Amino acid sequence: MPQVTLTVNGQTHTAEVEGRTLLVELLREKLRLTGTHVGCDTSQCGACVVHINGESVKSCTTLAVMADGANVTTIEGLAKPDGTLHPMQEAFREYHALQCGFCTPGMVMSAIDLVQKNPQGLTEQEIREGLEGNLCRCTGYHNIVKAIAAAADVMHGKRSEIARAAE
Amino acid sequence: MNVVAPFEGIGASVRRKEDFRFIQGRGAYTDDFNRQGQLHAWIVRSPHAHARIKGVDTSAAAKMPGVVAVFTGADMAKDNLGGLPCGWQIHNKDGSPMAEPPHPVLAVDKVRHVGDPVAVAIAATREQARDAAEAIAVDYEVLPAAATMADALKPGAPVIHDGVANNLCYDWHIGDKAVLDQAFAGAAKVVSLDLVNNRLIPNAMEPRAALGEFDRTTGDYTLTTTSQNPHVIRLLMGANVLHIPESKLRVVAPDVGGGFGSKIYHYAEEAIVTWSAGKLARPVKWTADRSESFMSDAHGRDHVSKAELALDANGKFLGLRVHTYANMGAYLSTFAPCVPTYLYATLLAGVYTTPVIYCEVKAVFTNTVPVDAYRGAGRPEATFLLERLMDVAAKETGIDRVDLRRRNFIPTDAFPYQTPVALQYDSGNYHATLDQALQSADWAGFEARRAEAAKRGKLRGIGCSTYLEACGIAPSAVVGSLGARAGLYEVGTIRVHPTGSVTVLTGSHSHGQGHETTFAQLVADRLGVPVAQVDVVHGDTAKVPFGMGTYGSRSLAVGGSAMVKAMDKIIAKGKRIAAHLMEASVDDIEFDRGTFRVAGTDRTKALVDISVAAYVPHNYPIDELEPGLEETAFYDPKNFTYPGGCHIAEVEIDPETGQVSVANFTAVDDVGRVINPMIVEGQVQGGVAQGIGQALLEACVYDADGQLLSGSMMDYTMPRADDLPPVSVATHTTLCTHNPLGVKGCGEVGAIGSPPAVINAVVDALRDFNVRSLDMPATPAKIWQIINGGRRMAAE
Repeated sequence: MPQVTLTVNGQTHTAEVEGRTLLVELLREKLRLTGTHVGCDTSQCGACVVHINGESVKSCTTLAVMADGANVTTIEGLAKPDGTLHPMQEAFREYHALQCGFCTPGMVMSAIDLVQKNPQGLTEQEIREGLEGNLCRCTGYHNIVKAIAAAADVMHGKRSEIARAAE
Repeated sequence: MNVVAPFEGIGASVRRKEDFRFIQGRGAYTDDFNRQGQLHAWIVRSPHAHARIKGVDTSAAAKMPGVVAVFTGADMAKDNLGGLPCGWQIHNKDGSPMAEPPHPVLAVDKVRHVGDPVAVAIAATREQARDAAEAIAVDYEVLPAAATMADALKPGAPVIHDGVANNLCYDWHIGDKAVLDQAFAGAAKVVSLDLVNNRLIPNAMEPRAALGEFDRTTGDYTLTTTSQNPHVIRLLMGANVLHIPESKLRVVAPDVGGGFGSKIYHYAEEAIVTWSAGKLARPVKWTADRSESFMSDAHGRDHVSKAELALDANGKFLGLRVHTYANMGAYLSTFAPCVPTYLYATLLAGVYTTPVIYCEVKAVFTNTVPVDAYRGAGRPEATFLLERLMDVAAKETGIDRVDLRRRNFIPTDAFPYQTPVALQYDSGNYHATLDQALQSADWAGFEARRAEAAKRGKLRGIGCSTYLEACGIAPSAVVGSLGARAGLYEVGTIRVHPTGSVTVLTGSHSHGQGHETTFAQLVADRLGVPVAQVDVVHGDTAKVPFGMGTYGSRSLAVGGSAMVKAMDKIIAKGKRIAAHLMEASVDDIEFDRGTFRVAGTDRTKALVDISVAAYVPHNYPIDELEPGLEETAFYDPKNFTYPGGCHIAEVEIDPETGQVSVANFTAVDDVGRVINPMIVEGQVQGGVAQGIGQALLEACVYDADGQLLSGSMMDYTMPRADDLPPVSVATHTTLCTHNPLGVKGCGEVGAIGSPPAVINAVVDALRDFNVRSLDMPATPAKIWQIINGGRRMAAE
C-alpha cells in the first residue's frame, strides 16, 4: 500500500493508504479529525472542504496520495493554540450563520479562502457567488453571507474585532 | 462598581451555546463515532422499481476479503423479526381500516422501489463491505412498475402489494358533502383549479447513519442513529421489529445534521445494524452515501389535487371542495398516512371563514420511495392550494387579491374560532400580519418597480400568501381517536445540582434548532440561573426519562411547556425549603428569578441556598419533604398551536431565458411569544429557502419505469447562496392561549407560507400571458415555454 506523509494542522503524519483512499477518509478514519464532513458523493456540497497549502479543496475529491508532502489545514486547526478563534469562526457564531453545524466546517474553510483571495473586498453578490460550491440546507445562507462580510473586515484589517450583529 | 449581567431570559438574542463545538469541528455526529472491533455494513439495494426476487446468491461475497457476514431478508425472517411499523392508522369513508401491507426490513420476495434494501454485507472496512455488496448476485424478474399515481390507479395496473386493490391505501374524507353541494348550488361564482404539489427530497446535509452495538456481558443493545426522536425509535424498533424490551435497548441521537422530517422515521438500516451487532457480537456501522439518501430517505409532498371554491356575489366564500391524490410511495413510512389527512385537510380553512369544507383524499401506493412528512408536512400542501386558489379567484371575480383575502379573514375578535374541519384556533390577527407585510414590502409602490423593470426588459411580479398552520400536534387523546398509535406529550426534567447549576433533560431533540440555547434561556428566565450554568441534555434514552422528539415545530410549545411545568414544581418545593430556612409560612414566600423572599421583608434566600439545603439536609424539613431538587413533568397540550402570517415575494423574470429570480422576500409571522429572536429569524430564513427551493428549483423526478432521475445533487437542484434573496423577517405576536409560554412554533412557517407567495408573484409577472395554472418548480424551461408559447399564440 502506498505511504503518504503530510502535515495536518501543524503535525506531521505518515500513513499507509489504499490507492483509492480519499483525503477525507484519511483525515476522518485514520487521523480521527472528524470535523471535516462528507455530505454528498458528487463533489457538490462542500462539507469536506479543507485547505491544502492554503487553498480550499474538496477533500472528498482528492486522493490521499495527492496530498503527499502537503500542508493541510482542517477546521480543527483554525483556532490558535491558546483557543482564540479565527475571525471567521467568531463571525459565524455572532451572525447565527449555522444551525445543525454539518456544513459549517466546509463553509468556514471555503469562506476563509474566498476572503483571502479577494483583498479588495467582496460585495454581497460576490460572496453569494463565491459560495457556489457549498450547500447549506438550514440557514438559507443569508446569515452566512453576513458573517463572511463581517469576518472579511477583520481579516483585511478594516476592523479589530467582529462587528456585533444587529439585534 | 456593579456589573450588570446581560439579560439572557425570554426575548434575548443569546448567541448559541452549541456553536462553540460546531465552529471548531468538535460536533459529534453519528458517523464520527468509531468503536473497538467495529464492522461496516453496506446495503444492497434494488436497481429496479418493481421486481420479483428469484434468488440471492451471497456465496462469492461471503468469501471476499474482510467479510464477516452477509445477511438477506430470509436470514431476518428466520429470527422472526417484525416489519417496519406504521404509526398512524387512517380509516376509509366506509369505516374500514386503511390497507397496511407489510414492510420487511430487507425485501423478501419482491422489491417495490429503486433503493429497496435486499441484503447487507458486513466487513472490516467500509470499502470491503462495499466490494462484497457488489459481489452479491440478486436474480430479479423485472415486473411492470407504477411510477406515478395515475399509473397505479389505472385499470390493470401492476399490483404492488398482494391484497391491496387498485393500489389504494385509503379513501378518506372530511366534511359534510351534502351541505357543501347545497352551498355550491347557491353560489354566484365557482372557481376551480388543478394543482400538483411537487415531490421533494429533503436532503439534510448529514446523510443518515446508524451504529449498532451489543454488550455480551449484559445483553444490552445500543443504537446510535441520525434521529429526531430516539425514544420513538426505541419503541418502534424494540417493540415491533427486534422484540427487545426498552430496558435492554438504548437509542442515542447525538449531534444530528439537519432533519426536516426525514429523520423522524424508523428506517430499515437502524434495525439492520442493531440486529447484526447482536448476531455478530461486534459493533456494526452504516453510513449512507448521498446517492443512497436520495433513494432511501422518505420523500415529501407529492399531491395531485382539484380545488373548487364557491363564492357569493360579494366575494364571500360559501364553500370549498377538494379532491386530493396523495402518493405514499411503495410502503407506509412511520407517519405517512396522517400527513395528507389530519395535517392537510384539517388546514383547508386557512385564515378564512369558509363555512363548509369537504375534502376527499385518496392515498396511493406507487413504485417509488416512501413519502412522509417533510418540513411543514401537509400544511404547505394545504397552503399552496388555498393561496393559489385565492389569486385565481381574485382574477376571475375581478376583486383585488388582497381585498378578497381581507373580506374572508377570520375576524380578530372571533377567537376561539371553530373551523368546519375539526380544528379550533385559539388566537391570531391576520389583518395585522398582512398590513405589516404589505407595508414592509412596499406593496403599494410595486407598479413603479414593475415599470422600471420593464424598461430593463424584465418582467416583474409580486405575490402574497396569508397562511395559517398548526404545530405541536395534540392532545394525545384526540390524536389517538384519529388513528395515532402514540401519545404526543413531551417530557422535561429540571435537575438543580447542589451548587446551583442546572441540567435540563428534554425528550425534544435538537438537530439545528438551537435548543441548547433556547431551553437554557427558559431556565434563566424562570429560575434566574445564567445560561452558561444550564446544560441541556437530549437525544439519549439512557439519560432522558422519555420523549416524543422533535417534529411539527413542537419542541418549544410542547417540550418547553414540560420544562415550565417541571420548573414550577422546583419552585414549589423550593418555597417549602425556603420557608423552613427563614422560619416563615410557605404562603408568605415569593419567588422571582432565583430569589426566594419572605413577602414584604428583606429576608431572602438564593436558589443556591435552597439547593445546598436540599442535598445537604442538615437543617431541612425532613419529616415532610424528601431531599434533592429535581423534578420531571409530562406535558400533554390541550390543542395545537396556530402560527400564521403573510409572506410576500417579488420576482423578476428574464424573458430571454425564462429565469426567475426572487428580488425581495418579506415574511411577517405570528409564532407566538419569541424566546430568542435571532434563532427565530434563522428558522424562518431557512424555511423560506426551502420554500423558494420548492417553488423554483426542486423536483424529484422518476421516469416511466420508476427509475429515479433526480438521484444526486447534480440532478436535484438544491438552493445555493446565489439562488436566494435576502429575506426580510419580522414577527407580529399574538400569544397562544393554552400553553404556559404563549409560544406557537417557528420551525416550519417559512416553508409553508413561501411557495404560493413565489408562484403568485411569478404568475403576476406573467400577467400578459394568461397563466392560470403553474406547477412547481417554475423552472426556466417552463417559464420560457409560457412566454414563447404566448408570443407565438399572439402572433397567430
